[in-house]
Amino acid sequence: MKTPIQFILNGEEVAAFVESGSNLLDTLRESVGDLSVKGGCWQGTCGTCTVLIDGVPRVSCVTLAETCAGKSIETTAGLRRGPDLHPLQTAFMERFAAQCGYCTPGMLMAAKALLDRNPNPTRADVVDAICGNICRCTGYEPIIEAVLDAAHGDARHRA
Amino acid sequence: MTITVKSFPRLAEAANALSSERAAHFFGGGTLIMRAVNEADPNVQTIVRSTDPLLLHIGVSSGRIDLGAGVTMAAILAERELSFLHPVARAVGGPAVREAATVGGNLFAHSPYGDFAAALLALDATVALAGGFGQREQPLEEFLSHRERRQAVVAMVAFKRPLPDSFRFSKVTRVHPKGISVLSISAQVPSASGRVTGARIAYGAMAPMPVRAKAAERALEGRALDAAGIAPALAVAADGTSPADDAIASAWWRREILPVHLRRLLLGAAA
Repeated sequence: MKTPIQFILNGEEVAAFVESGSNLLDTLRESVGDLSVKGGCWQGTCGTCTVLIDGVPRVSCVTLAETCAGKSIETTAGLRRGPDLHPLQTAFMERFAAQCGYCTPGMLMAAKALLDRNPNPTRADVVDAICGNICRCTGYEPIIEAVLDAAHGDARHRA
Repeated sequence: MTITVKSFPRLAEAANALSSERAAHFFGGGTLIMRAVNEADPNVQTIVRSTDPLLLHIGVSSGRIDLGAGVTMAAILAERELSFLHPVARAVGGPAVREAATVGGNLFAHSPYGDFAAALLALDATVALAGGFGQREQPLEEFLSHRERRQAVVAMVAFKRPLPDSFRFSKVTRVHPKGISVLSISAQVPSASGRVTGARIAYGAMAPMPVRAKAAERALEGRALDAAGIAPALAVAADGTSPADDAIASAWWRREILPVHLRRLLLGAAA
């Protein structure tokens, strides 16, 4: 049975018919066409499918799509503004923090949730913010540095 | 497989729906049920959920704490009055999981998960259940022994506020800052005139479900919280446990390190 739902995706209203019981990850990718959200474990464990729902991070693979009706959802597809990358995207690129790229969408959204709430995080804040996101390359250091760069500004942080 | 989702504004209606279908499961935050749905678990055919505001209730008074079953770990972390529970809530997943994982859901988490339920066991919590019978309360320990029978919905948990500094929590993991439990220990150790009185200790990941360390509790009674005083409790720390061999740790290793971490918890982090 398909259920109609409407929500706001990266600032724009979208409507979709979803199979009852579908998770948000599959809904975004297959019903809405937002392929910026990546699936990893489908168990809520790896964090690569992290999106923001009403500003807070959620693992979309274990989020029931029907509970998102009327909510505002942010994905990495909505990060850039026109031709400009989001500072987090720039910092990830400059720090080579993407590495294999598998965890990057989730890392970016987890980091965005942090910076939206706390623009001046400590290293410990960053570690906590991404602690639910698994990097298969085990390359956490450049990711942490990239988030700090985005928060504090490149020159200031490296000084 | 087609899943049916039924949503009800009142918890009693959801409880009725749950009891009328065998393959129906109550939806808390989704971290357990959606995982089963994603794996096409044939035992999950109907998801029952409720938007009853009772589920999100946090009641804090000087003597008693009430937590609606739908209260998330993030909501607990946002409540200053529940600071004694913050280390426990922070031990449940990363920020994205904490926004979804609920108090009620944690009662159904299988080992090595369920550290919050173990903490509630140490706090001597009761569980308020809603079902066709109306609402009734039962001790968490009793509830856990029957938890697989999902004929009722967990509405709320309640417990006495612990005395200041009497509640302690420790989670042992291989991955920091967030990892799955090798084991967790929750202890409520009130004392009078320097002697422990009425200790309650519970373990996570030391049995298929959270389990009390009753032998250690008895051994602590009337003793001082110092190295000599806790020695008898450490000697029986693993009594009554039945940990699993899993990808995180072997049962042997869990038993071996349990007294070490219980000692550290009882004596303080510096011990």
